[in-house]
Amino acid sequence: MSSFIASVKENNFIIIIETNGYLNNTGGDAIAEIVNKKIDQGHKKFLINMGNTKIVNSIGVSILIEIIEKLQSVDGSLGYYNLAPIVSKTFNIMGLTKYSTVFESEELAINEM
Amino acid sequence: MKKPVVELKLPIIPNMELIATQTAEVISRHMNLTDDQSSEISMAIIEACINAFEHSKVENNVFIHFIIEEASLVIKVIDQGIGFDKTNVEIPKIENKIGTNERKRGWGLQLIQELMDSVEFESNEQGTTVTMKKNINK
Repeated sequence: MSSFIASVKENNFIIIIETNGYLNNTGGDAIAEIVNKKIDQGHKKFLINMGNTKIVNSIGVSILIEIIEKLQSVDGSLGYYNLAPIVSKTFNIMGLTKYSTVFESEELAINEM
Repeated sequence: MKKPVVELKLPIIPNMELIATQTAEVISRHMNLTDDQSSEISMAIIEACINAFEHSKVENNVFIHFIIEEASLVIKVIDQGIGFDKTNVEIPKIENKIGTNERKRGWGLQLIQELMDSVEFESNEQGTTVTMKKNINK
């Protein structure tokens, strides 16, 4: 597993991916690899803990757009929590928040997803 | 008085843009910019560097100048690539990218313009200079 992925766990049928470091193309690909594998196993709900990802680039975030698109095709959903302000702002500028959800905590995400 | 300038020369190697963001953080602290302003500058620099790395077809280096002014920080990202025509760059919209064959990338210029107080592009066959400014008192 890529060093960008700190952990992958499951809670209430939601796959929770914890990231670590710079979300660039390789980081985005690492998330996509896990999501694709879990979709093949029947999972549809994914939550990303970005508490240790303080910096992103548009290529990495574009891969999240590809993941959102893939999840739409299986009636799935994507959420995030622990976003740094600049990451949240970037998601807003790029429009990700129209198609996925930013939560304040893991607990709230688990309850609402 | 001559304005203080910090100059970087970055080789085209993956993730070298992070050297520029570290430099920007030090300069932002020196100028007493807020954490949000510092993060916005770093993000804009990342996008300008990626554009220079990927689109300029340049094979040598990208130059970054940080010019410390009394009321603002000016950052120039300079490459010696083939240049680009900004009028050919469409403003991206996620609605046009989700569920279509449109490529998902192409957000760099939009992000730079949203995150900085002013942005200018000068581009020709000899290269491109992106000049970005963040005002201190905004």
